[in-house]
Amino acid sequence: MAVELDVFVGNTTIMDEEVYQLWLDGYTVNDAVKVRMEGGVLDECEASADVLLSDTMDQYRTFQMCERLLHSPAKLANQLLFQIPPHRQTVLIERYYAFDDAFVREVLGKKLSKGTKKDLDDISAKTGVTLKSCRRQFDNFKRVFKVVEELKGPLVENIRQHFLLSDKLARDYAAIVFFTNNRFETGKRKLQYLTFQDFAFCAGQLINNWTVGAVDNMVEDMDVDLDKEFLQELKELKILITDKDLLDQHKSLVCTALRGKTKAFNEMEANFKNLSRGLVNIAAKLTNTKDVRDFFIDLVEKFIEPCRSDRWTAADMKLYLTHYTNSAHILDTFKHQVVWDRYMGVIKSCIFKMYHD
Amino acid sequence: MPGKLKAKIVAGRHLPVMDRASDLTDAFVEVKFGNTTFKTDVCHKSLNPQWNSEWFKFEVDDEDLQDEPLQITVLDHDTYSANDAIGKVYIDIDPLLCTEAASVISGWFPIYDTIHGIRGEINVLVKVELFNDLNRFRQSSCGVKFFCTTSIPRCYRAAMVHGFVEELVVNEDPEYQWIDRIRTPRASNEARQRLISLMSGELQRKIGLKVLEMGGNAVVGYLQCFDLEGESGLVVRAIGTACTLDKVSSGSAPNTNTHVHPNTAPASNACNSPSKDGKESPLAHGCRSTHNSPVHSVCSSQRLSQNFSVSVPTLIFTGMGSGGSAGKEAGPLKTLLRQHTQTALEQRGASSSGLLLNAREFPFFTLTSFPPGFLVHVGGVVSARSVKLLDRIHNPALGNTRSYKLLDWNSVTADEPETRDAWWEEIRQEIKSHAKALGCHAVVGYSESTSICEEVCILSASGTAAILNPRYMREGCLDIGSTDHRFEDPSPPSCGFCHIPYDELNMPFPAQLTYCYHCRRQKVPDVLFTTIDLPSEAAVTGKGCLIQARLCRLKKKAQGEVNATAISNLLPFMEYELHTQLMNKLKLRNMNALFGLHIQISVGENMLLGLASATGVYLTALPAPGGIQIAGKTPGDLSNEHHILTIQKRINDTIAKNKELYQINPPELTEEGLGSPIPEPRQRSRLFRSHSESSDELSELDLSHGKKDAFVLEIDDTDAVEDIHSLLTDAPPPTGFYSCNTEIMPGIYNWTSGIQMFTSVRVFRLSNANLTNQGLNKIFTDLCENLLKSFYFKLRSMIPCCLCHLNFTVAVPEEELIQVAVTAVAMTFDKDQAQEKPAEKPINKGSSENEEQLQFPLELCADVSSANTQPSSKVSGVPESTNVSSRVSSLERCSPLPEGRSRSLRSSRSFGGSSVTVVKMTPLSFLPGIRIIKYLGIINMFFIRETTSLREEGGVSGFLHSFIAEVFAMVRAHVAALGGNAVVSYSMKECVLMENPNKNQAQCLINVSGDAVICVRETDQEPTASMTNIGQTCCSANDGAT
Repeated sequence: MAVELDVFVGNTTIMDEEVYQLWLDGYTVNDAVKVRMEGGVLDECEASADVLLSDTMDQYRTFQMCERLLHSPAKLANQLLFQIPPHRQTVLIERYYAFDDAFVREVLGKKLSKGTKKDLDDISAKTGVTLKSCRRQFDNFKRVFKVVEELKGPLVENIRQHFLLSDKLARDYAAIVFFTNNRFETGKRKLQYLTFQDFAFCAGQLINNWTVGAVDNMVEDMDVDLDKEFLQELKELKILITDKDLLDQHKSLVCTALRGKTKAFNEMEANFKNLSRGLVNIAAKLTNTKDVRDFFIDLVEKFIEPCRSDRWTAADMKLYLTHYTNSAHILDTFKHQVVWDRYMGVIKSCIFKMYHD
Repeated sequence: MPGKLKAKIVAGRHLPVMDRASDLTDAFVEVKFGNTTFKTDVCHKSLNPQWNSEWFKFEVDDEDLQDEPLQITVLDHDTYSANDAIGKVYIDIDPLLCTEAASVISGWFPIYDTIHGIRGEINVLVKVELFNDLNRFRQSSCGVKFFCTTSIPRCYRAAMVHGFVEELVVNEDPEYQWIDRIRTPRASNEARQRLISLMSGELQRKIGLKVLEMGGNAVVGYLQCFDLEGESGLVVRAIGTACTLDKVSSGSAPNTNTHVHPNTAPASNACNSPSKDGKESPLAHGCRSTHNSPVHSVCSSQRLSQNFSVSVPTLIFTGMGSGGSAGKEAGPLKTLLRQHTQTALEQRGASSSGLLLNAREFPFFTLTSFPPGFLVHVGGVVSARSVKLLDRIHNPALGNTRSYKLLDWNSVTADEPETRDAWWEEIRQEIKSHAKALGCHAVVGYSESTSICEEVCILSASGTAAILNPRYMREGCLDIGSTDHRFEDPSPPSCGFCHIPYDELNMPFPAQLTYCYHCRRQKVPDVLFTTIDLPSEAAVTGKGCLIQARLCRLKKKAQGEVNATAISNLLPFMEYELHTQLMNKLKLRNMNALFGLHIQISVGENMLLGLASATGVYLTALPAPGGIQIAGKTPGDLSNEHHILTIQKRINDTIAKNKELYQINPPELTEEGLGSPIPEPRQRSRLFRSHSESSDELSELDLSHGKKDAFVLEIDDTDAVEDIHSLLTDAPPPTGFYSCNTEIMPGIYNWTSGIQMFTSVRVFRLSNANLTNQGLNKIFTDLCENLLKSFYFKLRSMIPCCLCHLNFTVAVPEEELIQVAVTAVAMTFDKDQAQEKPAEKPINKGSSENEEQLQFPLELCADVSSANTQPSSKVSGVPESTNVSSRVSSLERCSPLPEGRSRSLRSSRSFGGSSVTVVKMTPLSFLPGIRIIKYLGIINMFFIRETTSLREEGGVSGFLHSFIAEVFAMVRAHVAALGGNAVVSYSMKECVLMENPNKNQAQCLINVSGDAVICVRETDQEPTASMTNIGQTCCSANDGAT
């Protein structure tokens, strides 16, 4: 004696957002039923566990059938199989493409290859995100990456249009695509304290200022690749540290400006040459792909860590970097103001974002 | 050459990848109508091909236009091997043949394949040009409108109701032919789909001819069914009510077309050829009537109490199959054949009078709700069943060479419809005689159904015996005898239909009559069962509820005649038990009438299933129901006594609880009531008695049930105990929910616009342990109850809401399987005003009610002067709600946007630019808060889906889930292509699922139907200036009536 078949199909597709989330989170039907029961949904509606099971199964089936459409969300709007109200379509898509920060931190900057996919069970064990959910998120990253890889135009806008995502989520995906494309190293222990949102912010800065698209907005890969010419020009900044006079002049300008404004003044003065060398060296090395990958780790090692050990506050940091950047303009022998600004603008905001515990 | 059909293939989208190497498809399209085929160019390497073809033109007879669907096949071009089919679209072009319906079909259709389901979409444009046809002997009936709706469609008025029309056609089922052993499943399924499409086209055309002969122009309450008889063939039959309908406005040749399809509108005028108007055409001749075949046997009948007629099924064998002697086999068929040729000859020249006789012969109406004043009295439910043995088609023309021929109507199976017709004729005669016995001259809410298992077939028909107002009828249509005098004394509309139509001294069954509690002038029965919807003017106390009686009966496996006899022996007992259950449950809810009663008996190899569904209400005009009293058989036994007392207490508690739940507070029989003149002293005493009791009920609810002529249930064995337990296990719907199987819930008048139509199917596998009848009953009851509980749970977000038109269909697809399929609609309502009573404030009622009254024809026949003053005066208060208004374009969604647009819409993440029209679907004849402004034609679709990878598709549940979703999608697409945005009177007639999990296979057949409509929100203003005219004329019609 058993229910052999049990289906419920509405003219308007019925979807419970709670069940959808459970499905996305990779719960099995039985686990989802348990969660729902604990949630007390039964008490509200005088229903039995059977009813809950049947409902959960129905919804899971519906989601599975929709999944194909969710892979190309534009189809969801003009497919005929499911009649779903527009606002609900938006929710479906947004939730489907949402990801766990814990998971994304693990794969950020990694190659989205089969090899990485094989490691998903380790990631799942480490992050507590179910394997099923990990796979969905991984596949989402990969799908978005593949689609926008070959498109012209602004990255965020492309993602938003093709996947009908909200502005926020589209920006996050742009960051993921950008990190993946440039293979930035984010997994080192020293970088563990950084959240995905920190990186996403930095990615936004890099995309807006350092890519080809920042100058010309109709090139292929414009937002994904860094502006080669710009990277080349960065080498010129070396003069700031190789020219002894320039370095001293720069230091005295900064120190004059900072004097009496911060408790950490002594440390700043003592470390100025080190810190400046660190930042300019990072700039000068960016023509090497390998060094691009290590961009964030260099920032941390060469700048953030020394400052932190000297107990700079965030305000100190701001103050220092502002004057450090501005003082370079007063140096009369320094001719690379434009490149300097383009470089330091990004560095400044990245470091501000990254300077926390 | 009466017609030119034109089709244009525009584009495709979302096509499947057919070439693995390139991940693309080289698609082209074949367009076929009749025997003519056109092809488009191949669109290489694209999943979104743009063909933009020329107009393919087919010059065809209008007869073919009615019968044949337009067949569109999408294929993948292959240079080296055969082209692969991607899928097909069948387009029924019937809606284009009516002037008033759609003028062009244009839109995206899902490309459907019977193996893979929906595979992308195709954009098609179809038009028809009809030429004037002066042929007096024409076989087509273009222009006759068909409606599934079982009431006079909104925005029409009935000038005349002509009566019953029926027809059936028979063919061999392609599935059962030898060629299927060598054909692919796909070819076989497609052959079957196409055949059924052709057959229903033909059937509709034939019914249309009959309607034209009767002088009508429309069929309302059109009910078409398929009987898959297996080896003996495939029967498509239909019944309906012929009417002459007038559009409520004269100047309504709607230019909504321009709104709907801006790009194609100019050509739409081409369709307005005059020949389409049914009324102008001369009566057709030479039509074959199928009504003169002899009735094979006379059926005896026996009546049960409570105005409920049951026929003892009779067995007729039209041949004994291969085992019988040759003479016996040929006998009845020969006579039939001869009879047929004779009658066919006789019919020539005199058919119109013959048909009139036919309508008179069966004064049946498939309508379930009526204009006010139409229904005079209601007698009760009449039903008849009969068990038949299906036989292999004996076809002299075909002989043993069962060559595969799709259609050859004239030679194939020419005699076969006669047999089936004779069967139905017999049943209808029986129904008619039952109605007569109830003193009624007509049957309303009439329907027919079958249940087939192997070679046994149960034919069932049921309806409600009634007396109708002859003013609305064509003369001679009804056989009005001595009952005429009743019309002289018009009863108040709120109770008139309850008054008994039969002679109280010569009652057809034992019933307790009392004077009407509403008008106190005429007699009413204590309980009333009907198959119709609750008349809108009826006075009701409290709310109604769904009441179901469920029953399983085991049966020995047997073959042929023995099997048929066993079944026919069981049937009366099942009817009786179902009836008793209904009665008990009705009393338990303290109600006194059932509406929309539908009893289904389904036959399986080793069991019979019975399911009776109805909506119980408390009719104010009828006496309060007595309680239920439990009596033990052995009074001495103390423990038993105690047991009985507990049960009695539980029953009384339940009744009290139900009274509260359904808000049944019958109006006190006031002093005024007592003071009114009551002619017979005998009756007065009765009234006194019941009055004193109903006042008791207020103070001592429990006791009152034990008193008067209560319904006594005797507990004499365990069965009875079980029965009572099952009586008490029916859980009431959770708070905030109501349910009914009628169109709308009696007692709820303020619907809001939230609706959700759904279909749910459950199949239950019985363990093969030895099951008893009781055990089975329990399982079956639980199955139905759990289904209801599931619905309540799923739809909890819509609370407060009512599940309306809950239509349960049961089947026994295999030996140990029980299948229950339900289609219904959940509708939200405004809780705060739910208590409002219609009788007191007719004007303030909810939108649907208002609309209903408005849309009903105010004058049914030319002179409306005397009979109908009450209802029409009631309507006169309403017209301010008709929203006479200016202009708005609420139809922007209807126009299909070009495909590329969604990509180009940069900032419109809001999906506002979605090219998919939202199509609402409902099994009801209306949408709450929404006004239907145009009927676009009938939707009648048949699909087969098969899979050989059942597990991969998620098992049977996954398979059926996606199939039902696909069916919905295809219905919506067709409606949208006609320019519509809703389907009303939607129903799923057939859902046959066969599975073989071991082979990883399953097959399913689904048949759905409904009426495609254009509607606008009640609050919205009219879409066009011309629609304003409708509003105005509607108002003036109202004024004229008052």
